[in-house]
Amino acid sequence: MKLNQSVLALAIMAALLTGCSSDDETATDFMDGTQGGTADASLSGYGDGSGISGSETYGSGSGSGYGSGSAEYPNAFLGSEFSDPSNPLSKSTIYFMFDSSQVQQDFIPVIAAHAQYLVSHPTRRLTLEGHADERGSSEYNIALGEQRAKSVARMMKVQGVSESQLQIVSYGEEKPAVDGHDESAYQLNRRVELLYQGQ
Amino acid sequence: MFYLIKNFTLFSFIALYASLSQAELTIQITKGSEKAMPIAIVPFGGQAGQTAIPVDIAEVVDNDLNRSGYFNTLPRKDMLTKPTTPEEVRFRNWQVLGQDYLVIGQVIPEGGRYNINFQLFDVYKNEQMLGYRMTVPSNELRKSAHHISDLIFEKLIGKKGDFSGRIAYVTVNKEPNGRKKYNLEVADADGYGPRTVAASYEPVMSPAWSPDGRMLAYVSFESKASAIYVQVLATGKRTRVAYFPGINGAPAWSPDGSKLALTLSKDGSPDIFTLDLSSRSLTKLSTGYSIDTEPVWSPDGKHIVFTSDRGGKPQLYMMPARGGQVKRLTFDGAYNAGASFSSDGSSLAMVHGNKGDYRIAVMDMGSRTINVLTGGPLDDAPSFSPNGTKILYATKQGGRTVLSVVSIDGRMQQKLVLNSGEVREPAWSP
Repeated sequence: MKLNQSVLALAIMAALLTGCSSDDETATDFMDGTQGGTADASLSGYGDGSGISGSETYGSGSGSGYGSGSAEYPNAFLGSEFSDPSNPLSKSTIYFMFDSSQVQQDFIPVIAAHAQYLVSHPTRRLTLEGHADERGSSEYNIALGEQRAKSVARMMKVQGVSESQLQIVSYGEEKPAVDGHDESAYQLNRRVELLYQGQ
Repeated sequence: MFYLIKNFTLFSFIALYASLSQAELTIQITKGSEKAMPIAIVPFGGQAGQTAIPVDIAEVVDNDLNRSGYFNTLPRKDMLTKPTTPEEVRFRNWQVLGQDYLVIGQVIPEGGRYNINFQLFDVYKNEQMLGYRMTVPSNELRKSAHHISDLIFEKLIGKKGDFSGRIAYVTVNKEPNGRKKYNLEVADADGYGPRTVAASYEPVMSPAWSPDGRMLAYVSFESKASAIYVQVLATGKRTRVAYFPGINGAPAWSPDGSKLALTLSKDGSPDIFTLDLSSRSLTKLSTGYSIDTEPVWSPDGKHIVFTSDRGGKPQLYMMPARGGQVKRLTFDGAYNAGASFSSDGSSLAMVHGNKGDYRIAVMDMGSRTINVLTGGPLDDAPSFSPNGTKILYATKQGGRTVLSVVSIDGRMQQKLVLNSGEVREPAWSP
C-alpha cells in the first residue's frame, strides 16, 4: 500500500537522521510544584473580606497563545508550504472517531509530512493538543484527548522525530473547535491540533 | 519525557477575587412532587416595622421547603390570618386550609443585630414541635433562614436538611472578541450570592470541596498545561499541589482531609495516585496501559472508586484506598464514569451512557443495582447533596449547559439557569 510505503521511507530516512536530534537539554525542564514545595505565592487570591475590584489581571496574548497565524493555517508563520492547500503540511488537525484514539488512514500522510519536517528541522518544537467532544465525563475526556495526542506523537517518533521536539497537552472537552451540540460539531471537536511553537 | 514550557512569563494569568459575580443563577422547578406535605410558612413579624429587614426570612424558608420536593407550601395570598406569636394561632384556620404544619416567627432588630425566633406547630395535634431563638448580624440573615429550613426538615423528615450547603461550579462566557472566559464560582445551594473564586482565559475544571467546606481543589490550565490547586475560600490563598508532565486532574479529598486522590499521566498512561497534603508524598495506586481516572473516596475512607477503560469501554472499578485488588462495579451499559458517593456511602451516582445517550444513574452499593434518574441525552458531573436526597448535575437546555437538581426518588426536578453563558461541573459542598 502506498501509505505504508511512504511511512517506511520516512522511517528509513529518520533512522539516518537520528544522530541530528540533539536538542534535548530541556527534556526534564518541567515545573513540579510538589518537589519545590512552593505555594504559588505570586498568584495568591483574594478572599471573602477583601473583594478588590479592578484587580483582575489576564494575559494579553491571543486565545491560543501560539502566535498570530490565521485560524485555518496556524503554522503559516513557518513558511508558504504551511498555507498551500496542496501541501499536506497545510493541514494541522487530525480528526478521530467517537471514543477512539486510533489514527485514521486519511491522516497518515499529514502526520508523515509533519514528521518529515520535524526531522529535517530538529530545533522546531510541536505542541500536540488533544481534544474530545463534549459527550461523557469531562476528566475521562481529558484522558481520551491525551491518548489521541499520544497516538499521533507515537507515529511521529517512529518516523524519527525526537521526543524533545514534541509537547503534549490535552484539553479534553474544554476547548471545542465548534460550539454546537450535534454530531456535525462533535466530529470537528474530536481532534489533535498540530501547533508549532515560536514564531 | 516530553518538553514542557517552563517560562512563567509566557503564561496567561489567573485572577482570583471575591467580588459578587454578575452571573446569577435562577431556579426553575420543572417537576414538582405530588406526595408532598402541606405546610404554611407565615411572614415573620417585625418584617414590616420601621427598620427595613434586608431578608424576608419566611420567603427563604418557604422556597427551600417547597423546592425540596418533600413539602407543598401554602401561598401567602391564601392565608386567612398571619399570626406572628403562638397566642395568635388558631389551629382551625389552618385545618380548613388543609395544612398539616404551620411555621410562625419574628425578626426584631436590636443594636445592629437581629433576634430571630420561630415555632413549628402540628396543626392537627394542636401542639408546638419546635421553638428556637437566635441572634445574628444582618449579613447572616439568609444563612439563618436556611438553618431554620434545616431544623424544620430534620424534625419532619428525619434526615438532616441540606439547605445550608453551597455549590461550586464553572461558568464559561464568550466575550465579544470571541475569547472564552472560565470562572470558578461558589454560591448558596439556592443559587443566591454567587462569588467568583478564580477566573482565567484558560480552562478551569473539576472543583472538589474539602470535607470541612473551607477549601476547593480544582484543575486550572492557566500555565497552558493542567495543574491542581488548593484554594482557601475565606482568604483566597492558594497552593499549586500538582504540576507534573501530562495530566494533572480529577482531584478528590480523602474523608479526613489529609490527602487528595488525583489522576497523573507522568508515567505514561493516566493512573490514580494519592497525594499527602502535608508531606507532599505521592503514592501510585493503579498501573497499566489503560485510562484510570476520576477517583472518589468511599465516605469511610477505605476504598477508592474510579473510571477505567481496562475492559475496553469506560466502567467503574473499586480498589482499597491503599491500592490493591481492583474489582469491577458496573456491568450495565457501554459507559459508566464520573462517580460520586452519597455521604452515607450507600449510593453511587454516575454518568451512564448507551449509544451516545448520557444520563445520571444511581447504584445501590448493597444490591449493586442501577437506577437511571434523568432523561439525558447529555447529562454529566453528578454530585450528591449533603444529606443524599438530591443530585446536582450538568445538562443541556436549548443548546446551553445548565445545572439541574433531581431528587433520588425522581419525584422532584429543578433547573438552575445562568443569566448568560454556560454553567458546568457542579459540586455540592459537604
